Amino acid sequence: MIRDLHKKLINKEITSVELTEQYFAEIEKADKEIGAYLTLTKELAMQQAKFVDEKIAKGEKIDLIEGIPCAIKDNICMDGVRMTVASKILDSYISPYDATVIKKLKDCGAVILGKTNLDEFAMGSSTENSAYQISKNPVDTLRVAGGSSGGSVAAVAAKEAVWSLGTDTGGSIRQPASFCGVVGLKPTYGRVSRSGAVAMASSLDQIGPIANTVEDCAIILSRIAGQDLLDATSAKSGDKNFEDYLNGEIAGKTIGVPKEYLEGLDGEIKIIFDASLEKFKKLGAKVEEISLPHSKYALATYYIIMTSEVSSNLAKFDGIKFGLRVNDELDSKGQSSALPKKLIETYLDTRRIGFGDEVKRRIMLGTYALSAGYYDAYYLKAQKVRALIRKDFENAYKKVDFIFSPTAPEVSFKIGEKTKDPLKMYLSDIYTITANLAGVPAISFPIGAIATEGKDLPVGGQLMGKWFDEEGLLNMAHTWEIK
Amino acid sequence: MLSKEEILKVATLARIGVSDEDVEKYQHDLSEILDYFKQLDEVDVAGVEPIGHITGMQNKFRNDDAVDFGKMGKDEIMKNAPEVKGEYIKVKSVL
Repeated sequence: MIRDLHKKLINKEITSVELTEQYFAEIEKADKEIGAYLTLTKELAMQQAKFVDEKIAKGEKIDLIEGIPCAIKDNICMDGVRMTVASKILDSYISPYDATVIKKLKDCGAVILGKTNLDEFAMGSSTENSAYQISKNPVDTLRVAGGSSGGSVAAVAAKEAVWSLGTDTGGSIRQPASFCGVVGLKPTYGRVSRSGAVAMASSLDQIGPIANTVEDCAIILSRIAGQDLLDATSAKSGDKNFEDYLNGEIAGKTIGVPKEYLEGLDGEIKIIFDASLEKFKKLGAKVEEISLPHSKYALATYYIIMTSEVSSNLAKFDGIKFGLRVNDELDSKGQSSALPKKLIETYLDTRRIGFGDEVKRRIMLGTYALSAGYYDAYYLKAQKVRALIRKDFENAYKKVDFIFSPTAPEVSFKIGEKTKDPLKMYLSDIYTITANLAGVPAISFPIGAIATEGKDLPVGGQLMGKWFDEEGLLNMAHTWEIK
Repeated sequence: MLSKEEILKVATLARIGVSDEDVEKYQHDLSEILDYFKQLDEVDVAGVEPIGHITGMQNKFRNDDAVDFGKMGKDEIMKNAPEVKGEYIKVKSVL
């Protein structure tokens, strides 16, 4: 879609201003119901669009993404723009700087429409944990868009943005992409700078693109990837244009299907998954069964590591330098009301009131896991199991080039209904979290749909690749998509 | 099941105010999840190094040079401060 719009812009069939206005009109019409956006940046967007049109009028060359409207998940800083991270604790916070990825996008001339909804502090799988609103699945608005990047995904699926940025710590780009029928990519850990993204779990987080096609994701990735002095965990990236590697040739590539992932996978999704494997075979890929033996420990490992890192990263939200401060004279129901409030009560009250339940639960869990006497049993142990999980992937990649599974063992669920099947809850995370634990790149793309109550609910397939092989990964998914 | 005292200790460490109801809720929620974590006891990690960085990078250091940013960003940062007095952010007494 990006290439088509780019052609239209340079052929002067449409101006960036017209295109941007069209998207704002759609947001005006649809977003009351969809709830994708928390903040619109109309003035900025129109300014950016106008600037691009001037360049085109002068006959200057423009970048592929230049002048094309996008949306940004509201946990990525934009200079001078409100950022809530979907939490009351940052309700009136204005970011004082641009995240590195935003700087890069602005340099490429992207037009930014606004900030999108998420689960509070990116904790959740549906946006039902947002302190502001729930983002609905545009395919069936009684169902969730997924999470935590539900707003970013819903915006693209509802044609309220051409593409968007999300973040992914345990599946937060891929799962909503699967639910809403769009493409979402989590790059290799270190591929994209995290500077300016509100940290959730620093050893797991990555920023990634969400778009209508695999090619669009490749185009965006090229422009946000790269080593950054401000992110010591970012890796050297050869200045690749990933879209140049989409040649549609995948004959001879090998795909591994982890047998642990297929246990208990239900009926209709399995049928769609099997059919998608057949398609890969028809395109010349070889498919074989592999084992990732430590899969069953992935969830516990993930939850210990993630909550521990969360408890550390969210310590900065304390009501002191920025964000909500509970004015304890007025609001606190702490115990020493007869005495002047102490500093600690600023912390206790601000965080009790400013954070939602899920956020507090995870901070409590992480604090416990890291506390004296428990650190070895939990965090250290989990880090060792994580090393074993990574080894599973290293061993698998000696035999196969890619690993394929459904993205989620379920389609989008109804708002308010959470799956009560414990086995499904377990499985719903093992497909996505292992990529974050191992650091490998992973992409979800639509492979089918299940007719449910009159709607065709999308099903996503997840392909995982070797570390830093996004070009191979994207080409596999792209080839499946276009043939 | 975690005791009330343990929950209060964790809540104080986490700097999150808790009511009696909250304490009960956390006792239940945390205990349930921590029980689930016990399955990691099954895993033999003898000789396994804990994984510090997932893509094998080592610490990278920059030169220990100070950069003077002057007043850059100061206004934007102060705008977010909850209570301000002159050039300073006002807080409860620390001592």
